[in-house]
Amino acid sequence: MSADTAVAHDVVEHTEKEAQAWTGGKSPFKSSYGKLMMWYFLLSDAFTFAGFLIAYGTLRFSMQSWPVPDFVFSLFPFTGDAKMPLVFVSLMTFVLLFSSYTMIRAVQEGHRENRSGVVKWMIYTIIGGAMFLGCQAWEWSTLIVKEHMSVTTNPFGTHIEDGVYLDDDHGHAYEPGAERETFEAGSSYLLHQHEGEWTQRRYEVTSGIDEGSVAKQEFGPKAFGALFFFITGFHGFHVLSGVLFLIIIAINVASGLYVKRKNGYEMVEKMGLYWHFVDLVWIFVFLVFYLL
Amino acid sequence: MSAHTYEESKSIASRVIIVLAIVTVIEVAIALVGKGYAIPGWAPYDTAFIGSFPIGKAVMFLLMIGMSIYKAYLVIFEFMHMKYEVRNMMRSVLVPAALLIWAIIAFFMEGTYWKNSRAGIEERDRVEVESSMTPRGPASTELTTPAEH
Repeated sequence: MSADTAVAHDVVEHTEKEAQAWTGGKSPFKSSYGKLMMWYFLLSDAFTFAGFLIAYGTLRFSMQSWPVPDFVFSLFPFTGDAKMPLVFVSLMTFVLLFSSYTMIRAVQEGHRENRSGVVKWMIYTIIGGAMFLGCQAWEWSTLIVKEHMSVTTNPFGTHIEDGVYLDDDHGHAYEPGAERETFEAGSSYLLHQHEGEWTQRRYEVTSGIDEGSVAKQEFGPKAFGALFFFITGFHGFHVLSGVLFLIIIAINVASGLYVKRKNGYEMVEKMGLYWHFVDLVWIFVFLVFYLL
Repeated sequence: MSAHTYEESKSIASRVIIVLAIVTVIEVAIALVGKGYAIPGWAPYDTAFIGSFPIGKAVMFLLMIGMSIYKAYLVIFEFMHMKYEVRNMMRSVLVPAALLIWAIIAFFMEGTYWKNSRAGIEERDRVEVESSMTPRGPASTELTTPAEH
């Protein structure tokens, strides 16, 4: 065969390929339409969450002080006022992480068309998601009912100078001669409510430019409450809708709806992508709100 | 879809979840050490400084951010199977997300600017109050400290 004919043969093959490329029915990403669209939905959702978290960071950078997470999130159920910083939120994180593991097990069982395995691991995932939501409900109700934080009120303050209190815990002036409580710059305080009234203790500043003047405990940065409830609420709403979809898909799996599709339970796989994304977002919510 | 057998992918999943759990424990430990909860009397957030720059806080924050990004990598590439997707499909999802890097830099600079402007305004107020009081002589020292009674 001469070189000319070889080239001609190549050209013919190339044009044939070219023609086929435009006839449809190809998936250049070797991924189904549904999975691909789930990825792009998650990408857009990632931008939404990133927008919220960046807003949090921007407002935090713009303030002189910000509530310290180890101080704000330090209570644990059934232990009263014992200080256990970050223990409860770490527990929540582990619950969600583990539900991500059970989800991937469900997807793997789906790949080998094992219906009962898929149902079993999906039920575990549903339980994990529900436990996470329960934890969040406890966290929110503690903040709202016990510590009186709201979207517009933030009782978690931080001192920006050293000082000595003039009032006791209940907001009454110290008796003459009584030992007065002191504090350092950077220490946190929680404003309390007594019979519906906020108690803001007075103190004398003992450092910095305002040394010698008298001030009272101020509320913390107002935006904190709104950001906290909105961002963790938006994430919690994702978990809630995830649990609902998990239930629907688990019922469909159990009823044998996906058996005849013979596509390795692709619906479970798409659900898995969504569920892992919820976990992924929590990694960053956890970092931004609780760790930093 | 992965090229692994069922048994292989099963063991990958359990290894990844263990790594994720360990990294999370380390992150929480760092956060607690930083504020002095884990080791009493040692709080690098408040004590480790170079000049006025909080080096302890900066290093530990960077560590925690780095570990979170590693966790995110594990979740996306192993749990969400991004590792086994076609390269261009991976790029079509991850490259747009890189826009966020600029968003973070730009907005955090903006936040710092707001803080500095506010500090500037407060400083100017203070100077005005003080200068308006100086002509009154020695008595003004009483006025500069707000009512103490």
